[in-house]
Amino acid sequence: MTLADLCAILIVLGLTAYAVLAGADFGAGFWELGAGRGPTGRRARALIESAMGPVWEANHVWLIFVLVVFWTCFPVAFGSVASTLAVPLFLAAVGIIFRGSTFAFRGAGGPRARPLLGALFVASSLLTPFFLGAAVGAVAAGRVPVGNAAGDPIGSWWNPTGALVGALAVLTGVYLAAVYLAADARRAGATDLAEAFRRRALIAGAVTGALAMGGLLVLRDDSRHLYDGLTGDGLPLVVLSAVAGVATMTLLWRRAYGPARAAAAAAVAAVIWGWAWSQRPDLLPGELTIGDAAAGRPTLVAVLVGALVGGAIVAASLAFLFRLVLSGRLDKELPPRADAGSPVP
Amino acid sequence: MPPSGDDPSGRLPLSADPTAVLSSLALQAGGALGGPVEQEHLFQARQLQALSLGWHIVIVCFGVAFPVIVLVAEGLWLRTRDPLYRELARRWSRAMLVLFAVGVVSGTILSFELGMLWPEFMATFGEVFGFAFALEGFAFFVEAIFVVIYVYGWDRLSPRLHFLTGLPIPVAGVAGSLFVISVNGWMNHPVGFDLVDGRVTNVRPLEALFNTHVWHEVVHMQLAAYLVAGFAVAGVYAWAWLRGRRDRYHAVGFAIPFTIAALVAPVQLMVGDWAARSVAENQPTKLAAIEGLAETTDGAPLTLFGWYRDGEVVGGLKIPRALSILAHHDPSARVQGLDAVPPDERPPVNVVRVAFQVMVAIGTGLALLAAIYLLAWWRRRGPPSSPWFYRAAVLAGPASIVALEAGWITTEVGRQPWIVYELMRVDQAVTGASGVPVGYGVVAGVYALLTLATVAVLIRMARLPREGAG
Repeated sequence: MTLADLCAILIVLGLTAYAVLAGADFGAGFWELGAGRGPTGRRARALIESAMGPVWEANHVWLIFVLVVFWTCFPVAFGSVASTLAVPLFLAAVGIIFRGSTFAFRGAGGPRARPLLGALFVASSLLTPFFLGAAVGAVAAGRVPVGNAAGDPIGSWWNPTGALVGALAVLTGVYLAAVYLAADARRAGATDLAEAFRRRALIAGAVTGALAMGGLLVLRDDSRHLYDGLTGDGLPLVVLSAVAGVATMTLLWRRAYGPARAAAAAAVAAVIWGWAWSQRPDLLPGELTIGDAAAGRPTLVAVLVGALVGGAIVAASLAFLFRLVLSGRLDKELPPRADAGSPVP
Repeated sequence: MPPSGDDPSGRLPLSADPTAVLSSLALQAGGALGGPVEQEHLFQARQLQALSLGWHIVIVCFGVAFPVIVLVAEGLWLRTRDPLYRELARRWSRAMLVLFAVGVVSGTILSFELGMLWPEFMATFGEVFGFAFALEGFAFFVEAIFVVIYVYGWDRLSPRLHFLTGLPIPVAGVAGSLFVISVNGWMNHPVGFDLVDGRVTNVRPLEALFNTHVWHEVVHMQLAAYLVAGFAVAGVYAWAWLRGRRDRYHAVGFAIPFTIAALVAPVQLMVGDWAARSVAENQPTKLAAIEGLAETTDGAPLTLFGWYRDGEVVGGLKIPRALSILAHHDPSARVQGLDAVPPDERPPVNVVRVAFQVMVAIGTGLALLAAIYLLAWWRRRGPPSSPWFYRAAVLAGPASIVALEAGWITTEVGRQPWIVYELMRVDQAVTGASGVPVGYGVVAGVYALLTLATVAVLIRMARLPREGAG
């Protein structure tokens, strides 16, 4: 295990955290769309708002973390990726602007602005993870050469693999969001919403699992190298992901939402780790290994020490935040059910 | 320390003609991705970056200084238990959260753009300055976590704990801006590495992090943040005063942020002087552009106003020897002119000059306004009562934003054509991708919308009725 490997692990950890935390925030946008009108829809939207409100900014910072560690530890790879994949990254960036600002504004915006803000929120919640996923897919498929915008600006990511990873990024978020929201709804005492999101989580889980399995066939045709990696070195982790996925479904079926939350996150994390593990020692497959791409030793040491110290501070802060959130102390009260008085406190 | 042959970092070989060495090094430095590429839209790429930075920096001011204003109000409540303070703190904190959220996204865009627009810069020097950004990531984390806990925590945490959860926000804000500005300082004064055959090696991350330029830039920017946020928030209540709402609630709402800004404004003038002297020492070409000084001069005069044309300032007001005194505190000191570098290494003089003078003029005006306010408190234990004062106070917010932008234009355009001073030019750093003008157009449109929406939301929040002072 070299210093460069440790830095690469930091990036994968950051990506994992971003996928299982911020991914669910993006997925919540989809359920906002599916919430429907009427009092139940209002309650569902209020639940989403209450669940996302305190955490989405912190969850988003994982993306920044990934970017800064990437460009500091692997500057040439970063310059190559950012310039070749400028199109999907730019579209994701625009999506990030719309998603974040519409979410922040809707609490304060007027009732007339709400439908427009809601529509923009939903659209950007779906498009942003798609483009970020497509960019990851381009890297994984080895379509980013070293150089200043040296790769195909469109073809590198707009292909079956890019589309597959983009779609998986969206769907895993949708699935995670449903699982998390079921747990959040139960905590808020809204059994009706918990049931609704349990149903949705079961469906989303089935669809996402099917896409992930079917996606392997897409990869076999489009990105043989990636396919061989995932079914070779990465296979144990891919299997682990499938097992965690099935476990999540079982837990959801039994309404054990707390454990289901962890299992769902594990299923997503295992796929990311399977990809990373099978791709090693390459950073840009076929172009650059982790060792060759790494910055000098002093920089890597500085980042790792910084990550140790900063990570300890952030971990303590995040633990405080999540403890407050998961104990319901930052929850907002939901609007009443159509058929009942106020929700159970 | 000057970036010339005697640089103790040892990155430059000793030579009789440092300029020639630097130029040849500059050509060698652009290389990690394979050297410069064709980019016919360099200007649009720069405009796009400038727009995104210029937009974000205004929000940053609120991220840095607004939490302090809010915490002062809450602290007053904890001390006096006067519910009015709590009401103000609570109300302000909601606006603070909206602005923070907007800053989260506009800051993210910057991270993307650094790579999308300037890949060669990132690829070649990322390992030198990147450590600062990595640290900034952690500061940003802490800020994002505690801003939310603070704003959601009203009524849900004990008053003491609530106040305590607010304290990490300004600390993280100061740390974050230190780290980010460290990178800008480094671009102005690149140290902490050696350049061997055009390749970056022997990186010393801490030396890069704490480069000479970072300190005055950080202090100058911190104070600017307090000016912008303080005057802008106070401006809302000055407006209310002019409209006849002169009750205690509005008076306190004015006094807290305005007092903070008024205490900072005179200090900023002194810090500005420090910054100018540091620029004189490290970036003489930038200073020459600021002053429109064509030729290297002993006992150089300071020229106010006017327009630089064909090697001299036309229509300006000359103060003999003043530049030498200001820059080096010595009336006969030699000040380097634009002629010290080849024409293609000089920044556009009038942009830099006008921006600088706008900044100084506004800064001086704000300090005067602050003096009037502080004098009134000293003499009558109360704020000025002239409507003219409040009219000026309404303008102070937008004016301080203009000064902020002008200051950044001075330092950024003044560094041109370099992205890394004397080592890499912007045209060596820029992306080879096409479609830059499209990106510029889209971002300009999106930011126009975002500006309108942010202002509309803030106005709406300001108009919400009071919750009742109980």
